[in-house]
Parts: sequence; structure tokens; C-alpha cells
Amino acid sequence: MGLPLSYSIRNLGARRLTTLLTASGMALVVFVFTAILMMAEGLKKTLVETGSPDNVVVLRKGSASEVQSGVERIQASIIETQPEVAVGAGGQRLLAKEAVVLISLPKRENNKTVSNVVVRGIGESSLALRPQAKLIQGRTPRPGLPEIMAGQKIAERFQGGGMGETLRFGLRDWTVVGVFDAGNTGFSSEVWGDADQLMQAFRRPVYSTVIFKLHDPSQFSPFKQRIESDPRLNLEAKRENRYYAEQSEVMSKFLSILGLSLTVIFSFGAMLGAMITMYSAVANRTSEIGTLRALGFQRGNILRAFLYESLFLGMIGGLAGLFLASFMQLITISTMNFQTFSELAFSFTLTWGIAWKALAFSLGMGLVGGLLPSVQASRMNIVDSLRAQ
Amino acid sequence: MFILKLLFKNAFRRKLRTFLTLLSIAIAIMAFGLLRTVVSAWYSGVEASSASRLITRNAVSLIFPLPLAYKDRIRQVEGVTQVSYGNWFGGIYIDRKNFFPNIAVEPKTYLDLYPELILSPEQRQAFLRDRKGAVAGKALAEKFKWKVGDLIPLQGTIFPGNWEFVLRGIYRGRDENVDETQFFFHWDYLNETLRKTFPSRADRVGFYMIGVDHPNNSPIVVQVIDRTFKNSLAETLTETEKAFTLSFISMSEAIIVAIQIVSFVVIGIIVAVVANTMSMAARERTWEYAVLKTLGFGGWHIAGLLLGESLLITLVGCGLGMGLTFPAAYLFRKMVPLYLPVFQVEDETLFLGLLASLGVGVLASLAPAWRAIHVRIADGLRRVG
Repeated sequence: MGLPLSYSIRNLGARRLTTLLTASGMALVVFVFTAILMMAEGLKKTLVETGSPDNVVVLRKGSASEVQSGVERIQASIIETQPEVAVGAGGQRLLAKEAVVLISLPKRENNKTVSNVVVRGIGESSLALRPQAKLIQGRTPRPGLPEIMAGQKIAERFQGGGMGETLRFGLRDWTVVGVFDAGNTGFSSEVWGDADQLMQAFRRPVYSTVIFKLHDPSQFSPFKQRIESDPRLNLEAKRENRYYAEQSEVMSKFLSILGLSLTVIFSFGAMLGAMITMYSAVANRTSEIGTLRALGFQRGNILRAFLYESLFLGMIGGLAGLFLASFMQLITISTMNFQTFSELAFSFTLTWGIAWKALAFSLGMGLVGGLLPSVQASRMNIVDSLRAQ
Repeated sequence: MFILKLLFKNAFRRKLRTFLTLLSIAIAIMAFGLLRTVVSAWYSGVEASSASRLITRNAVSLIFPLPLAYKDRIRQVEGVTQVSYGNWFGGIYIDRKNFFPNIAVEPKTYLDLYPELILSPEQRQAFLRDRKGAVAGKALAEKFKWKVGDLIPLQGTIFPGNWEFVLRGIYRGRDENVDETQFFFHWDYLNETLRKTFPSRADRVGFYMIGVDHPNNSPIVVQVIDRTFKNSLAETLTETEKAFTLSFISMSEAIIVAIQIVSFVVIGIIVAVVANTMSMAARERTWEYAVLKTLGFGGWHIAGLLLGESLLITLVGCGLGMGLTFPAAYLFRKMVPLYLPVFQVEDETLFLGLLASLGVGVLASLAPAWRAIHVRIADGLRRVG
């Protein structure tokens, strides 16, 4: 028969201050671990949801982002006539020729902070191609008028981005006639207007990209091959979700290197903390262990009892850290994507996967921290330990 | 002296526990040092920028160019001593992962304007003479094992095509904080090629770099330049180099703030670990404290002993951690050489680390000291183990 679980739990309760301090050290580590995973997840979610695998983005060959790309009008028309382009309910082609530029806008909080915002000149089918974007206020901008609609995150955080306000760029004032919500996607940090109006304002004779929906998603590879070998076109095609994933490669790599090194270093600290606590728990209870052994409990029972104690300690820390981290979901952070130089807002996202990982991580810390002390406890000599005071 | 000896004896009474505590403090101080260094590395560009240089770019945003013709009009502004110009090239060397800043500049004025980029006279001459020539920073050349004379191909992203450059020189920084990962080449090479391939994009400049005779004149020069081009098709935005660099950093401020918060969380973790060690020590010695009180020592005296012990442990740990920070920073730099071009541990970081560990020492001894002060002699004597 083993020692009951309640023995391990009540031992933690016997020295509350020590338990509290050790668990809070672990909780902080778990908090950082979870927060970094949540940040990486939020970023991934934002960029993956931005694109759809059925949509194709056509860019100038070699350009790393939409802003750098340029597609001439004639090239765009050639793409438009390809048979792979899906046709909508009204008979129109589900294809949009878009112009994408960056402008710097001041944030609402103070005049000083300026951030780069993507302005997207859209075509008639642009909204149909992106079902994530839903109009929540006002209407869509009319072609031929200096009107724009702002993503929700722009409307909230940038001066002149709200409904009915005006933004000045390209020597014109643009009225915000609508606000759209595109959920967690990158589109929520963009401003959309009529492509022809914007191109004129910025004096850009070329589109940036052509985006269309495939009428049959499996037709992507033949289309890509044909376009890229066409001598008239100096273009390349990418699936939209793949395109947005590439946009965040540098950023997510940076976050994962930072996160990994932080977590490794921190968990060392917390494991040492757990080890200190467990060693002293063993040392304080030497005679108690001797008594237990004398009563007939086996070495394995003692080992298990102390390991459970350390695992419980880890679990308390893990749960507390997770609890703290769950509040991070309320926070949206905005930063510059190094690859596109444009503003990107994303929220901390907690998933069950992350919660399990965090708990497993904290149990792991408890296990590693408690292993050596528990082994020491189980290997004590009965007579010697009974003699200890 | 006697007190110090007593503190030492007390601190090392439980060798294993003290050793583990020291180790965790050392790790935490090292992590703290690394994080602060990452933050200061971020700001290193600001430190390195000069107050007597201005950057003029298109007011709409960085991606819009300015006409080359602005050069002469800027040159006429009073207080301007030197005008150079360039374009962000954004080329890819073999793979997208090998990112480094590559810019096309007007070479002669650029080198005059940036005296902190040190190039030997022969290499400078060779670079100026060869239109396809390029110059790379020392760190960059080491990373890719480039030698002077090597042919370096870049794949254009903003300017399409495959571009080839001959490495004519390798510069090093005059000061520690100069970015040695840049790559620059003749603007004329870019422009001549664009004239053939994309005539509409030729004769356009991404940004002007302007030297001012005296930093005090900068605000006036800024105003005059921006007023000159007001209401034109390409309005300008002129800033000091410092403000220009800061505007980039402020865009990724969220990440810096996160790193700063995390660096304080580390301190929180050591407070918990050290406080735990101290409270365990105090618990074990309750009986001794009762004896000391019986002998006539006051509660504050005992609290002082605890505080001293706690400070002793944290300071030794802090010393170890600082010693570890330097090799760790070196390793970290080897791992991510091109993300953060300048990465050095600053004195301020060490000072902050010391300050933090003093704080930890005090905080950690609070709870056990309170207990030790308030323990009643009879209770303490009665207590076993």
C-alpha cells in the first residue's frame, strides 16, 4: 500500500509561506512561457486567417510584398482573361486589381507616434474575395469619389480614421464613409478605397497585385506554371494564405528565438527554486521519513510521495501562471512587421493546446526540481534518519 | 568583522541550498542583463546617429520617392553643408533569410557625410572608381566570408532583376555602436540600369541625407526645406537622423515594452526564490533566535542579521551573474548576428542589475525578519526542528 495522496498535499499546506513563494516563482515562469506562446499564436492566427487557400495573389516576380510589387494594366488584363478565374453569381469575374501603398498616419493617443498603414485600392470584387471583412458601419466607398473605408483597428487607433472623419494624403482629403471589421486578420489594420482614385492620387500608373478566386482550387499548379513561363508577364503567383505566412516569417522566427531562449533560462531558475524547497522539505522531515520506513513503507512509496508533492507544487504554479496569462487575451498589441514595414495589430490568443503545453511545462519543472530530493529521501538509511533530530 | 564572519557562517550553513540559490540568482541576473542588452541594442541606432545630419523623405511615406532635382534646391538652403542621397535597395542575397540592409548611395558625399565608416584610402579609391563596386561592413563580410574583389549577386525585390556587385572595400566602425552589417553601392549603377529597364522609375531618390553646419541650425533648416516643397507633388518630411531612427523604433515599441516587462518578471522570480531560502533559514533557526533574544539581543538586531545574510547571498549571486552575462551575450550574438547589429553589455545594465539585486536582498528578508522580530521567546524555545 502506498502513502495516500493527501499526505503530499497536506505537506504543502504545512509550510504555507515556502509553498506560496516557490509556486509564485513557477507561476511567473509559466506566465512568461504562456504569454510568448499566446503572442506567437496570435500572430500566426492573424496572418493565416488573412489569406484563403482558394485565392491566388499575383505579384511581380521577385517582390517580397504587395507594396514592392507592380503589375502593369496590360498584364492585369491578361490575368483577368485566364480560364481559372472563378465567376460570381452576377456573372462578374471574382478578380480584383489592387493598388497597395503605405502611408504614415499619426496615432490617436498623441500626435507624435506615427505608424505606417497599408492603403489598399480595391476593385468591385475585392469584398467578395474576402468574406472575412464585414462592413459594420456606413457603406462602401463609391468608385470615382474620394471616399475610403477604414479597418476597425485603424478607426479606433488612428487620427481621422473614424466614421465621418477625413484623412489627408496624396494632396486630397478622403472621407471615411464606412468602417469594416475583418476579425483578427491583417485587413483590420488597413484602409480601403477605390483603386483608380488612389492610383491617380499617388500618381502610380500600375497596380500592385491581382487577386482572384480559383474556380477549382486544384488548378493552382498548372496556372502558376503557365503564368510564370509566359514571356509577356514577369509575374509570379502564390496562394493567398501562403503569401501571408511568408510575410511574417522573420517576425515569427524572431519571436520564437526570443521565446525559446527566455523560457529555457527562466525555467532553470524556477526549477532550482523547486529543488531548494524540496531539498529542505526532505531535510526537515528526516526523522519522519525514518518513521515511515520503520512502519513498513517502501523506498518507492517515499519516492512517490515526495515526487507527488513536487508535482503538486508545479501544478499550483502552472495553474496560477495560466490564470494570470489568460488576462493577456484582453490585450491587443500593434507592432511593425519588419518585412513589410507596415503596422500589424494582433491579440494574445489562448488555445487549449497552449494551456496543455503550459501545464505540462509546469509539471515538468516540478518533476525535474523534485527528482533529486525525492531520490535522496528514498535512499535514507532507516536507523540514521530516525536518529536525526 | 565579526558580524561579517557570522553572516558568512550563517549563509553557508546549508551548503546545497545556498549553492542552488546562488545559481538561480546568477541565472536570473544573467537573463536580466541579456534582456536589457537586447533593448539597448534596439536603441543603438539612435545613439549612433548624429545631431548634425538630417534625413529628408517623401511626406506620404518611405515607399514614395523624391525627384533627383530636389538635390540642388536643398543644397541652396542656408546651413546645409553636404547633400547625399540614396535608395533602399532591399535585395536578397541567395536566400530571404540572409537579410541585411543594402542601399544605393551617392558614394562620395555619403562617405564624407558618415566619417564613422572607416575605409582605407586604397579601398575608398577603388570603390569610388568602380561603378559596380560595393562596400560591406566588417561583421557582414565575416558572416558570409566575403573578401575584397568577390562578386556579390543580389536579387532585386523593389528593383527587379539580378544585380551583381564587386566588393571593393570592407568598412569598420569608428565607435562601438556603429552598425557593421550594412552594404552600400553606387546609386548611379541603379539609376543607369533603371533608365534602360523602367524609365519611369529613374532619377528618383528614396531619401536625402543632409549635413548641417551646426546642430543648433537643424530646426531652421528642417523648416526651410519642408516649406520649399510644400504643396508640390512630392512634399517632403525632414527630420534629424535621431528622430528618423526613433520613428522606426517606436513602430515596434510593443515588442520592446514586452521585453522590458519580462526583464522585471525575472526580478520577481528571484525575489520569490531568495525569499523562500531566507524564510526556510529563519524557520530552522527560530530556536536560535529565541536564545539570542533571551541573551538580550533585540528583534531588530536579528532582523539585521537576516537582512545581511540575504544581501550577502544576492550580491554574491549577482557578481556571478554579471560574470556570466558577458559570455552569454557573446553566444547570443553569435546565434542571431544580423537581427541586432550592435550588441554589447552597457555599464548601465550592470548598474541596474546591481540595484535590482540589492532590492531583491531587502525584499526577500522582509517576511522572515518580521517573523523573527515578532516571535515570542517562550514560543521560539518550545519549537522543535
